[in-house]
Amino acid sequence: MAQATFQEISASDFFYRNRDIAGFTNPSRAIFAAIRELVENSLDAAESLKIPPDIYVRLSFEGEASRDTQIYKLRVEDNGCGIQPRFIPSAFGQVLYGSKYKLKQMRGTFGLGGKMAVLYGQIMTHQPAYVTSSTGSAKIYSFKLMIDIQRNRPLILDRKVLINKEQWRGTIVEFTIEGDYLRARSKILDYFKQTAMVNPYANLTFVDPKGRLYKFNRGTINMPEPPKETDPHPYGVDVELLQRLIHITPHKNMQEFLKNHFHRVGDITAQKFQVFSGLTTASCKKHGKLAYQDINWSRGPNCSRCGEVLTLSAYKNPKKLSHQEIVKLMQHLKKFKEFLPPDASCLSPLGEELLKAGIIKELNPEYLVVKQRKPSTYAGHPFIIELGIAYGGDIPKKGSFIIYRFANKIPLLYDEASDVSYRVINAMNWRRYKVSPDMPIAIVVHICSTKVPYKTVGKEFIADRPEVRKEVANALREVSRQLQHFLSKREHVDREKRRLSVFAKYLPRIAEFSTTLAGKEKQPDIQKLIKSVQKYDTEKK
Amino acid sequence: MTQKRSKGVIAEKKNEIMGSLKKLGTQIYDQLDSGVFPTITMPSRSTDNIHYDPDIRQYVLGERSVTRSARNIRHVKPFTQLAWAAMFSNELTFHRKTSTLRDVYYSAQAYNMTFKDQQESNNIITDLETATGRSREDFNIFPEERSAVFGDLTIEYTVPGYEGKTLNLSSHPDGVLIGPALTSSEFASTTADKVIAIEKGGLFTRFIEENVHKKHNSILVLTAGQAPRQTRYFIRRLHDELKIPVYIFTDGDPWGMHIAMVIISGSANAAHLRDLTTPDAIWSGVWASDIVNYKLPTDPLDDVDIKRLHELQRDPRYQGDPLWQKEIKTFLKIRRKAEQEAFSRYGLTYIVDEYLPAKLDDKNKGKKK
Repeated sequence: MAQATFQEISASDFFYRNRDIAGFTNPSRAIFAAIRELVENSLDAAESLKIPPDIYVRLSFEGEASRDTQIYKLRVEDNGCGIQPRFIPSAFGQVLYGSKYKLKQMRGTFGLGGKMAVLYGQIMTHQPAYVTSSTGSAKIYSFKLMIDIQRNRPLILDRKVLINKEQWRGTIVEFTIEGDYLRARSKILDYFKQTAMVNPYANLTFVDPKGRLYKFNRGTINMPEPPKETDPHPYGVDVELLQRLIHITPHKNMQEFLKNHFHRVGDITAQKFQVFSGLTTASCKKHGKLAYQDINWSRGPNCSRCGEVLTLSAYKNPKKLSHQEIVKLMQHLKKFKEFLPPDASCLSPLGEELLKAGIIKELNPEYLVVKQRKPSTYAGHPFIIELGIAYGGDIPKKGSFIIYRFANKIPLLYDEASDVSYRVINAMNWRRYKVSPDMPIAIVVHICSTKVPYKTVGKEFIADRPEVRKEVANALREVSRQLQHFLSKREHVDREKRRLSVFAKYLPRIAEFSTTLAGKEKQPDIQKLIKSVQKYDTEKK
Repeated sequence: MTQKRSKGVIAEKKNEIMGSLKKLGTQIYDQLDSGVFPTITMPSRSTDNIHYDPDIRQYVLGERSVTRSARNIRHVKPFTQLAWAAMFSNELTFHRKTSTLRDVYYSAQAYNMTFKDQQESNNIITDLETATGRSREDFNIFPEERSAVFGDLTIEYTVPGYEGKTLNLSSHPDGVLIGPALTSSEFASTTADKVIAIEKGGLFTRFIEENVHKKHNSILVLTAGQAPRQTRYFIRRLHDELKIPVYIFTDGDPWGMHIAMVIISGSANAAHLRDLTTPDAIWSGVWASDIVNYKLPTDPLDDVDIKRLHELQRDPRYQGDPLWQKEIKTFLKIRRKAEQEAFSRYGLTYIVDEYLPAKLDDKNKGKKK
């Protein structure tokens, strides 16, 4: 008889055992993931204050670990908002720490990244992490931390307070990690280049273990509007989130609860929903209790037959809902058609100008067109697609389009073929646009959303959702049309150039041959003729 | 026997040719010099512009003409190639060097004038022929030679190194190749009073062996199948300059018949050229009626032969002398064909001793009437 032992594990423990899902699959992937998570935290920290980020990353060799792996020290410095000292231990020493009740577009939305890196480093090298940070106040706080994996608690090994004479603001994280830099190198460099592309206002510096310096300078100091925090949209909630909201809400009736915890829900919408879902009833003095479709909402709840103002039954207390009622509530939230679509104020797209600046800075194309689509939603989550198509210049011919994928301003480097953009690009009828994959073309797709529809926790590719697919396809069509115009115009110019070169090549020969044949000494002057061809052609254009 | 002699024809012709090339060059030069895009106008060679002229009994080009303009992007390259070809021909003619079509194709590369392929360069040479009305042989561009001549005709060379030297064309029993040196020579003297053109090499050799040139006082020409242009030109010169009749002997089939016709009336491909036809030449055999009269061993006509006969029946060149239609009908009736060698069933010398005199006599009688 087999025996099974059950034991509770902490979040840290869970991720330690399942580090694959967070991207720490193997030694080369781990080192890439660690750098990426910390750089993204740093970018978010700077952007939240609308400060152009200055990020310095250094990976230094510490010693051999095994035949294929080495020990490295990773140091990431930023000029971001800094972390208040009381939050520092948890921010880096406790997995899944953070508020989940408010939504806005962030790079790292799992609350996992930075901690996962520290956790992985600790597991492999058993060394503490050092975190130094200041919010720009008079003091700098420095912690030496480890994670108590079984309890998911930070262990503070040392804590120092320094005087912040120079009003430094930012965060420095340093820890040791085991990995395989040699194999990770090209991905890491791709990552920096593409991050520079989609964050054109950031200065990125990377010093690798061999001491090589990679510097990506900003091309602009303009920054996109930072995202505003929003409440979750009713279409996007699940039972778990509802329960948590009910748990923390100070409000004692459903009307206030709906208005205060959900995105774009006002007085009327809250009342409508409650009648719709049967949480409350509306009755008319003449006609009694009314069905939802018999109510005229244009001036508050009125009877559609006599215009009488209706009385609503008392609002329920959310805290007193049973589990079944909560499940029902969630189902009604999804069914109700009259919630306003989420607005995009919680999103922070790059904008066409910045996207252009980034692509020009990193790809130096001959021609570039970018397009930002209007906000759209999927399952209650707003999203915006930004797309650029770049032609020629430094872009190489590869026999297929070069695709750069970004989500919330982070590059996606793995699993390209599974991504919705890849599929849309390959399903496109390019011949219609007189474009072919053997042209030097790069396509840049950026999706921003409060909840990017990743297919995996590793955050590597965007799921093929119809709403997303449609937006990507429309954006692609728009830019492709413009590329087609550019190409046909250029072809016209080329044709004219070739035309001119034909005349310039042959007319002198005709002059030469006829001079010999006619037995003349001096060749006739044909410059006028060649010029006349040119003049005629410019007029034609 | 009278001694006939023609001199100065070749020298005069050479001047004319160089004149026409220079004229073309001057025309282009003057247009360029006065600041306009040069153009060359020439008759169109498209099939709907090729007509048969019953008066001169050959195909001619009609009224329609085409203009090549250096202003036109599609014309400027062929225009340049034409100007080059004219200049190159002028050099050949001036230095009295000869060349072949293949050679032209490669020579162009020395002038940094490339042709896409042999066909393109051949077309340009034909353009030059059309524009000047001269055949390429006049510009010293010759195809590979294979036809020959034999008989008592003394020629005087004009080619460099041989000027003034003479040769009697009966001096070599295989015959003398009709090449550039021969076609460009003057006719010094002859005792012959007729030309006999023969389709096949075997019979040509037989005639020489059997002294046909002496017995019938003739110059023998081997056409070796369809006569090359320079051979047609050479036959015409024999006829025109020596004022002697030309008789043609071919196989007794539609193809042989047409070999004779091309010598007499020319081809549509050369409609832009003159002086290649000998309208007074006579087809002497082998006729379809000869097959019947001489009871020659025969082969049946196959489908291609029949088809060809129907084509020839409609061909304008075959509408003049009723002989042609009569023979075509006989061919179609008997549905048989015979080669010249078929006479060998009566012994090796029968064709020379019996058939030839009979046919020559027959024609002379006919002419006198």
